This record gives sequence, C-alpha cells and structure tokens, in this order.
Amino acid sequence: MTSQPTTAPRRTDGGTPKLRLEAVHHAYRDVKVLDGVSLELAAGELVTILGPSGCGKSTIFSILTGTTAPAAGIVLVDGAPLGASSERFAVMPQTDALLPWRRVIDNVTLGLEVQGVSRRDARARVTPLLETFGLDEFTRAYPFELSGGMRQRAALLRTVVQDRSVMLLDEPFGALDALTRTDMQTWLESVWGTFGASVLLITHDIREAVFLSDRVYVLSPRPARVVAEVTVPLARPRRLEDVGSSMFVDIEIELRQILAAIRGRHA
Amino acid sequence: MSTARRPGATADPRPLGRFGWVPALAIIAAAIATWQIYAMRSGVSPQILPSPARVVDAGWAARDALWTNTVATLEETAFGFLVAVVLALGLSLLIDASGILRTALMPLLIGSQTLPLVAIAPLVIIWFGFGLTPKVLLVALLSFFPITVALLEGYQATDPDVERLLMSMGAGRWRRYRSARLPTAMPFFFAGLRIAITYSIVVAIFAEYAGASSGLGIYIEQETHVFRTDLVFAAVLVTTLLTITLFAATYLLERLLIPWYRISRRVDRR
Repeated sequence: MTSQPTTAPRRTDGGTPKLRLEAVHHAYRDVKVLDGVSLELAAGELVTILGPSGCGKSTIFSILTGTTAPAAGIVLVDGAPLGASSERFAVMPQTDALLPWRRVIDNVTLGLEVQGVSRRDARARVTPLLETFGLDEFTRAYPFELSGGMRQRAALLRTVVQDRSVMLLDEPFGALDALTRTDMQTWLESVWGTFGASVLLITHDIREAVFLSDRVYVLSPRPARVVAEVTVPLARPRRLEDVGSSMFVDIEIELRQILAAIRGRHA
Repeated sequence: MSTARRPGATADPRPLGRFGWVPALAIIAAAIATWQIYAMRSGVSPQILPSPARVVDAGWAARDALWTNTVATLEETAFGFLVAVVLALGLSLLIDASGILRTALMPLLIGSQTLPLVAIAPLVIIWFGFGLTPKVLLVALLSFFPITVALLEGYQATDPDVERLLMSMGAGRWRRYRSARLPTAMPFFFAGLRIAITYSIVVAIFAEYAGASSGLGIYIEQETHVFRTDLVFAAVLVTTLLTITLFAATYLLERLLIPWYRISRRVDRR
C-alpha cells in the first residue's frame, strides 16, 4: 500500500516530535500483534490511529502507558526513551472506568488525587471546567445516575484535568449511540483546542477520524502495520456542516478505500 | 442504562412494597397458632412440648437470668466476630497480593473449615479455660472463612480498565487497593459478613455448651438437665431474635458505609 507522508499543518518542521514510535513490534505469546509500527505526534497535534477492531490499536496504548513492554522498537518522548522519561500520559480508556462509589466531582479529580494534589486544590482546579463539560449540575451525582454522553464527558474531564502534555483517548465515544456520538464529536472539536495538549486518538469510526484529526494513521489488521498516513487539512474549528464539504468527503472516501483494500487482502 | 445489571437486581425483592413483611409474619403466626392448639388439645406434657404461651411466660419470669446469659453470649460473638473481620481483611489482602501466599495459605484455610466443632470445642476449652478466650477463638475460627472468601472474590471483580487507568496515573499498589480493589470488594464483604454472623452465634452457643460459666449455651444445658423445656425454648427464641437483629445490623452498616451501593441497585431496577 502506498504511504503518503505529508506534513501536518500544526507540526513544526524539524522540531522534535512530542511522541515518536519507531518500528515497534509486539506479540502476545505466539500471536504477533504489532509488526513494526512507526508513528509521530507533534506538540499540539491531534492524531488518530484508525484500524479494524482487534488490530492491536490498544496494545500501542498499553506500551505508551508502560503496562506492556514492546518486544522490539523504540518509543521516544520529547526525543528521550520512554523508560528514561518520567512523563506520564493522561489516558481515557474504552469503557469510561468511572468509579461507582465516587460522585462525579470525586471521579474527575481522581488523577490529581493520585498525583498528591489535596482534595481542596483538586476541586478548585476542576471547578472552572465543569460548565464547559456540561457537568456543573451533576457534581454530586453518582456515575450510574448519568446518561452515556455525560459519563463520557466526565471521563474526558478526568483525563483533561491531569494536565499532561499528551492525552491518549481509546475509542472514547465507541459505546455511545450514533446521535450522542455526533454530539460528543462536535463538542470535543469545539473545546479541545483550549486544552493545549497533544492527543493520540484510537478509533474505528472513519468519520470521527476525519472530523477530529490533523493526521490519520491507518493500521492493517493484526499484525498491525501503518499502511497509510493521511493529512486532514480542514480548517479549525470544524463544524458539523464541514462533514458535507468536498474535502471532507474526499478524505473520507480515500480512507474507506484504503481500509477496504487492506481488509480485502486479509479476507 | 449502560450500568451492568447485578445478579440481585433482576428480581424485585419487595414485590409488595412497604408491606413486604406481611407474608413472613402470617406464616410465623400460623405456625405458632398450630403449635399452641396442638400443645393444648393433645395433652402432651409441657416437659416434652411446652405451648408457645408457656414459653413466653416462663421466659419473662426468668428474664434476669436470660438477659445476663444473653449479654455473655453477645460479648463472645462480638469479640470473635471482630477478630474474624480483622483476620479476614489481613489474610485476604496478603493472599490477593501474592500468588505464592495464595497457593501456600488456601489449603490451610480450607482445611481449617473441615475441623469438626464437636471435636475441637472441648479441646480449645481445655487449652484456654472456661472464660472468654476459647469462645472468641472458636467464633473467629469458624466465621473468618466466609468473609475471607467473599473479599477475595470481591478483589477479583475489580474492573481491569480501572486498574490500568490508575496505573497510567502513576498509582502504586497500595493506592490501587485503596481506590479500586477494596471499594469494589465492599458489597461482597457485606454478603460474607451476613453468612458469617449467622454462624457466629451458633458457634458461640455451642462453645459454651462445651464448657462455660455463663452464656445461653450453658443456660440451655442447665435447663435441659432439670427438664425446664419451656426455658430451653425461651433461650432458643432469644437466640433467634439475636441472630435476626445482628443480620439486620449488617444491612444498616452497609447502608452507612457504602451508601452508593443501595442507590446503584435502585437505579438498575428502574
């Protein structure tokens, strides 16, 4: 498959990327999961890893969070090896992973609490963001009292307030119904620019990838390799109407064809 | 709703709403009435089968003795149970945290539950005397196990995504126990507590039966010897009421300590 190395609009040429994976290999027992994955994330960029279900996307995240050690390959954070850096990433797992015994306010401050921030300071840091996330009236609610969309917003707020320079979002809206998912994507696009973090997003939703990303890496089915890199030069902030623009549709079709081709080859 | 259903939440446990206690009370009332009529009509000796009215009368007349002995039994149960809870928490944490300790300790723990009470109760009394200590030990020995097993299953029920999330935040092992594994295990803990509390009183009474200076067990033994069947029944009645009260107390404690659990189950049922 043809690779299309292009420069993302936000990337500062020649600068050290925030995050860089070089030929990362991994296997679980005898099953090869990652077959030399290389990718980059520049500071302030939102990059999507798009691939079929079960292709090993989540393994990349467990390597980045240090849960899994790669069998081979290099992971660089600001140019330094992952193990040597004390840098941590703020992760949003596939399930919202909200703790049912904590009220919303105590769930969103969990990361700060682990960092050793006092409860009072943690709440003070979260409070100005509650309204943006549409949670200001639900701070005293338990997670099981919230709708699916609200739970995802709470999980995202918990990720954002950790104040890390890189956020890893693993299919953040995968569990939502189609309408709520569109709402959440539009909402995220309208606010994420203010967070200032670089974002690596995993999804298998093509439209979500195009709508939110600066660049998209397409992974093959297991064992995963990067088969294409596609830049999305749509101006920000993007609005729902942009989904119908010819540039959006062209990129969407291109990604669809790439995915169809690799799936056809593996079928 | 996206919240996973828990096994207990599928059937409404209170189909009659606030009048859920009516059927239970009706059955008990019917049984007592049948017993009363049989005892009065059949002419059976009260030493063989006293009527419920006679049991209540005799029990009321002997209320001072019953009270003193109940307090003694309650004390043994409470201390034994406390030891059991502390032991279960400590052991379950050790076993859960270490694979080696799991393989090393589990056979011993299961083995401890196969010891016949009839055989060990007199021995423990011989070793530790007629006082409080042997009863506390026996109660603890027989009630720590269900709590330990419940806690172990509770830790295992922790959402792996939550653990990974905490690790990504930089949480160490103790923090993960405090923030995820222990709270997840709490509903299981209370289920284990309820099983254990019903054992505890029976074990305390049996231990007294094997040798004691006071307590409901020794009271029952003494009254049996002098054919005061009515007082034996009265002591049994007190035991039952005590067990039900302690059982209910675990629900109260659960509601106080993990209020979210009841609310979550109520939301599930909607």
